[in-house]
Amino acid sequence: MIVASNLTKRYGEKTAVDDLSFTIKPGIVTGFLGPNGAGKSTTMRMIMGLDMPTSGSVTVNGRPYAEHPAPLHEVGALLEAKAIHTGRTARNHLLALAATTGIGARRVDEVIDLVGLHEVARKRAGGFSLGMGQRLGIASALLGDPATIILDEPVNGLDPEGILWIRNLLKGLASEGRTVFVSSHLMSEMALTAEHLIVVGRGRLIADTSVEEFTRSASRNLVRVRSPHAEKLRSLLLGPDVTVDSSEPGTLEVTGLDSDRIGTIAAKHSVTLFELAPQQASLEEAFMELTRDAVEYHASTTTAGSVA
Amino acid sequence: MSTATATPSTASVPTAKGKVTQLRVLNSEWIKLRTLRSTPITLAVAFAIMVGLGTLITYVHASHPDHHGHTELINGAELSLAMYRLAQLAIGVLGVLVISGEYSTGMIRASLSAVPKRLPVLWAKAAVFAGSVLVLMTAASVIAFYIGQAILSSYPAGGAVKMSDPGVARVVFGTALYLTVVGLLGVALGALIRNAAGAIAILFGVLLVLPALSDLLPASWAPHVVPYLPSEAGGALLNVVPDPTAMAPWNGFALMVGYAVVLLAAAAVMLKRRDA
Repeated sequence: MIVASNLTKRYGEKTAVDDLSFTIKPGIVTGFLGPNGAGKSTTMRMIMGLDMPTSGSVTVNGRPYAEHPAPLHEVGALLEAKAIHTGRTARNHLLALAATTGIGARRVDEVIDLVGLHEVARKRAGGFSLGMGQRLGIASALLGDPATIILDEPVNGLDPEGILWIRNLLKGLASEGRTVFVSSHLMSEMALTAEHLIVVGRGRLIADTSVEEFTRSASRNLVRVRSPHAEKLRSLLLGPDVTVDSSEPGTLEVTGLDSDRIGTIAAKHSVTLFELAPQQASLEEAFMELTRDAVEYHASTTTAGSVA
Repeated sequence: MSTATATPSTASVPTAKGKVTQLRVLNSEWIKLRTLRSTPITLAVAFAIMVGLGTLITYVHASHPDHHGHTELINGAELSLAMYRLAQLAIGVLGVLVISGEYSTGMIRASLSAVPKRLPVLWAKAAVFAGSVLVLMTAASVIAFYIGQAILSSYPAGGAVKMSDPGVARVVFGTALYLTVVGLLGVALGALIRNAAGAIAILFGVLLVLPALSDLLPASWAPHVVPYLPSEAGGALLNVVPDPTAMAPWNGFALMVGYAVVLLAAAAVMLKRRDA
């Protein structure tokens, strides 16, 4: 359980985190979503007691993190890949961290196996790829078998296999009753992993909602259908709350019906379907729409005729 | 006193078991110190400077008497240990790196997450490093001394001294003490500046450059300033026959320790207050 109340962090003139309040519950994966520079990392550093809030406070399992007598057993965190001395081996790095709280070599070897770094455990971390660094960071987060896990952009630098692994790991940890708080700037990733979402932009809270609700409100429920009998299908689908558009011959864009219903109707009337695709992209679009005003760094869009 | 929280955690670790203690942090820092390749290499370099170069310079000095046939212009103990001036570079740099290396690599965030009260990390780093330097440099000083005296005693006018001679044991063991405090100054500056280049520049600016600049002071000021510079105050311990222009040996060393304590205290305050 992580509770932030009116958390604020200013660096001189710049406000990185602005009056942020939220509660992260155990038992589910909570996504922390926002564009680059939204204050996600700063918030996580404040949770871990690395940065002091300018005002407001944040507690983990009922107390500020620094006041826990056995902090690594309360919270495990991956705050940035490679928070490790480049000259030290992965195993020695973990042994040193483990020693602060009396964890022995057996547990260290256990987490090394768990994150799949067995082969390189005795190699110096300076030569690690970003993905290996992430795995090592996750290993150190799991050392103390903590009830709360905080990961800052854990999928950065991971290959598809690694991304799948971390998705399952996070879900598994949450199903054991742990609090799992994961930041990302990718809505699509969070939609697959998280159950709840905290969305921030420019340090402010934009949304605190379940992924399901966010998806429902965000997506336009658009389903793309391609069929050789498009016109027949159109008349079959049309109803009071259903609209059917067509941007090209043989293709329909249906709103108001989900893909299951459309497929069933088509089958019942023996209409051949070439394609039946719920438009997931709308989720990412909705996220961008939501955070558009809050994006810190816009790429300058060069349109024809306006060359800077 | 088991604080039963409402969290349905399957991972119930007895809190008392995993408590962070100063002893455990010391162990952690000891692991950190010896698992970096640079630590043993740098300490070995300091050892080799003290013993190897110390022996060489003693031999060269003894075998090349000046025009008057004298070689004992420098006390035999001081001669055999003179390379501490070079060894302090290795020790001071390593002291800085022990902590600045954590900032440059990002390791500090892992360290302070594990020990969020922070200060035990600084104390443990200082203690583990100072302990290692003291043990190794005591051994190096004693070895360099005995080899040096053996060489000197083979020359008629070599000027060899005995450990039991007045002031000699103080100089031999004081050399290791002086180098240890140089290391601690490095640790404190590394923690304060967080950047290796800056901390090393300040450390050796103060230890080596300031005394050299003392010629620029008005003659009436110098006696009131120069003896109290860290290197001069600490160096007072390393004269077999106390230098009348310097502080008394142990007073001087105490002042040098005082500088290190003040810097470490400042580093502690800043470590506690600044964002990591």
